[in-house]
Amino acid sequence: MEADAKPKKSGPRLCCICNQRRAVLKRPKTLEQICRECFYEVFEEEIHQVIVENQLFKPGDRIAIGASGGKDSTVLAYVLSELNRRHNYGLDLFLLSVDEGITGYRDDSLETVKRNELQYGLPLKIVSYKDLYGWTMDEIVKMIGLKNNCTFCGVFRRQALDRGAALLKVDKVATGHNADDIAETVLLNILRGDIARLSRCTSITTGEDGPIPRCKPFKYTYEKEIVMYAYFKKLDYFSTECIYSPNAYRGFAREFIKDLERIRPRAILDIITSGENFRISTSTKMPEQGTCERCGYISSQKWCKACVLLEGLNRGLPKLGIGRSRGLNNDIKKDTKQGGGTKSIESKQCGSLDF
Amino acid sequence: MQLTLEFGGGLELLCESVKVHNVNIDLPKGADKLTMRYLLSWVRTDLIKERPEMFMKGESVRPGVLVLVNDCDWELTGQLDTTLEEKDVVVFISTLHGG
Ligand SMILES: [Zn+2]
Ligand SMILES: [Zn+2]
Ligand SMILES: [Zn+2]
Repeated sequence: MEADAKPKKSGPRLCCICNQRRAVLKRPKTLEQICRECFYEVFEEEIHQVIVENQLFKPGDRIAIGASGGKDSTVLAYVLSELNRRHNYGLDLFLLSVDEGITGYRDDSLETVKRNELQYGLPLKIVSYKDLYGWTMDEIVKMIGLKNNCTFCGVFRRQALDRGAALLKVDKVATGHNADDIAETVLLNILRGDIARLSRCTSITTGEDGPIPRCKPFKYTYEKEIVMYAYFKKLDYFSTECIYSPNAYRGFAREFIKDLERIRPRAILDIITSGENFRISTSTKMPEQGTCERCGYISSQKWCKACVLLEGLNRGLPKLGIGRSRGLNNDIKKDTKQGGGTKSIESKQCGSLDF
Repeated sequence: MQLTLEFGGGLELLCESVKVHNVNIDLPKGADKLTMRYLLSWVRTDLIKERPEMFMKGESVRPGVLVLVNDCDWELTGQLDTTLEEKDVVVFISTLHGG
């Protein structure tokens, strides 16, 4: 699209911030109409404020940006490297990608990440399912079919990201989860009655008790603005649906959030606030964190979820470890305490392959 | 009326992976102007090859699809009532695809 697009004859509305230039965007958060230049400014500075107020980074930190090649992580990589320069954060930034091994999808999106590596001058590390687990997603799907493949995808990806982060020796991983994603996850956790995760999923920093904490600098950033930003800045991102993406339930939640947003854009922030304000009653036990006896990854049970799933794959019993906690961990040790057995909701549709 | 339509964010998959379409649209009978409302119904019947529900909901775009008319958010130009002129550029971007 050319930048010199002509304004509508109905008289250009002026930006309500600078009062000089033509407004090009209605902000969902504030309903202000603003011009392109003021949009860049408020978009970037709000993220800066969130970073500062929540102390997401310390000078000298090594930070991995979970990069899928999609819109959110692409904009995150761009904005973080901008802000790092502008405000002298003193961060060493890296791109970290997971190659699940999905032909015709992941290989294409990784090409986008490789271009981002050059465009933003950020070193890229790719960890693959094949290297870590001995299986690609294509091979897993061939074995288990299209049902439940997102369980594998999600469990393996979360752990792969941690392993990649350990290889890079980073202090923290920043992910592209945006306000819409978080509102959606709050909703899904309510629908499942998962009160323990309800409050946790709204935390801007998670995993501080684990090996490598994660943070979400876009927690308050609307998806609409991320996409508009990418569009106006002509950022290079990948936007094709994962071929193994069957999570219809999440799809309905997404649609519901978008319907609410159309009627009242603040609904997204309000849902996040609701999630934040839930307090876990003392009777709800949070699972205790230990480490997996097999691979050393954090786990509330004897074996971590990835090891249970992997054992199933390798023994030709792929149903092992899927769904409610039953199966291997209970086989191994009958008195293993139940808890944390249900699979967690990732605040990205698994098939979207964002982290 | 000549218009340029652009599909992004995955919506191009609904029209044979072609992102930019230069189209020529006849004004509806008896009308002297073309509105976004009419354009959307035209796109649905004459341009999109598959899964129109990924693009439309009711008579408007599906929530989560962004629309820009000459690089301006259509929420500022009147949405369905926006009138289009010769050589206007209309961009549709899905926010629903990918991460
Ligand atoms: Zn302005
Ligand atoms: Zn998946
Ligand atoms: Zn393990």
